[in-house]
Amino acid sequence: MLTKRIIPCLDVQEGRVVKGVRFRELRDAGDPAALAELYMKEGADELVFLDISASSAGRGTMLEWVETVADRLFIPFTVGGGISSAEQARDIVALGADKISLNTSAVTEPGLISRCAALLGSQAVVLAVDARRKSKSSWEVMIKGGSIETGIDLLSWVEHACSLGCGEILLTSMDSDGTLDGFDTECIEAVSSSVPVPVIASGGAGNTLHFLEAFLAGADAALAASVFHFGTIRIGALKKDLDALSIPVRILEDD
Amino acid sequence: MIGIIDYGAGNVGNVRRALSQINRESVILDSVYGLCTGLIECLILPGVGSFRPAMENLHIRGWDRSLSEWISDDRPVLGICLGMQLLCEGSEEGGFTKGLGVFRGAVGKIPGPVKLPHVGWNTVNWVSDRLCREGRMGKVSHYYFVHSYALPACADTEGTSSLDGEIFTSVARRGRIVGFQFHPERSGSVGLELLSQTLEGMGV
Repeated sequence: MLTKRIIPCLDVQEGRVVKGVRFRELRDAGDPAALAELYMKEGADELVFLDISASSAGRGTMLEWVETVADRLFIPFTVGGGISSAEQARDIVALGADKISLNTSAVTEPGLISRCAALLGSQAVVLAVDARRKSKSSWEVMIKGGSIETGIDLLSWVEHACSLGCGEILLTSMDSDGTLDGFDTECIEAVSSSVPVPVIASGGAGNTLHFLEAFLAGADAALAASVFHFGTIRIGALKKDLDALSIPVRILEDD
Repeated sequence: MIGIIDYGAGNVGNVRRALSQINRESVILDSVYGLCTGLIECLILPGVGSFRPAMENLHIRGWDRSLSEWISDDRPVLGICLGMQLLCEGSEEGGFTKGLGVFRGAVGKIPGPVKLPHVGWNTVNWVSDRLCREGRMGKVSHYYFVHSYALPACADTEGTSSLDGEIFTSVARRGRIVGFQFHPERSGSVGLELLSQTLEGMGV
């Protein structure tokens, strides 16, 4: 049976992992490759790295740390942040990343999704989207780390992105992100039922039940950062709890 | 020495890293001439992407012919993901295209109202224990999958997996030719262990 995935997200700046609550107050948390290996051993199903320095300076460091991560990681990982051309995406995959994620650049230039899919296959192209709630059942797409409104409706955007060839959606609710109050399950349900590809829910995870809610709402995977980084939630324990709640998860054999 | 075929489809680097992790020497072969050294004892055919362009790439580089000769000499080949599919009779992806014809079946799109691609960790139900020693058969292990097309159960099926009730071949074997639909090189320590045991089982 296909299991639900648990994905820690690591923000990388100038080659170092940092974590900000609501994308602000940053706190150094270490070496990307060392942390990646730690999460793999704890039972993470996949990892996502977002280079938050990529869109401005420090992009050069990306090619170095991606390779050091690939050398030590034997589970899939996605790299995103500031990728603005298909060639750049190809280079990152050639270094060992399994997938790349596109966010702002896909909104400003949707053709980039098709070009990346043609070059790498849809399975390697993740559309990351930051959404902010507008009403009971509508959300707006935000870009540039959630700082700029686009006026674009979330559901029409994700449907369009799928038709252009993205193979997965990484959906972050800007309203829930950093709150630890739970995922925006209505948003997950709306996106998950409108697209034919898997959905990774992100933003708001604070406890085990929040993960349960995200999966019941239709998420195929759930991503979190601070609860994992600060050790509030341990991946092994989380998976055992989810298993007890009848959510199919991969539990490491020696656990 | 294990030769990893680089025909422009897929991440050969990660396969090589996994082999190095299990203490296996490997070399990336970007041309069939790499076989002339006589040092290669096993070939790995990796691959992501679509069947038809991948088959065309193999043909352009002469790998289809070299592989057929290699296989008829009863030498070992391990196909991973699309590489396993290329070892089948053919695939309906992008219109029917003939494959290398080892595994007796044709690849088709996974049917039913499921979300595709099939991405994530899924279990394998072993049909036989020839590839998996030490009681792996009774054990529930997860492996990482990323694909939309698959080989239905056939005479060469060694293991199956299912997605929303649709059963397909996730491990195939015929003689010294083995295929994994999943990525053992991306399946953590369990995947590395399987890779190691499989190579031994193939006599490499």
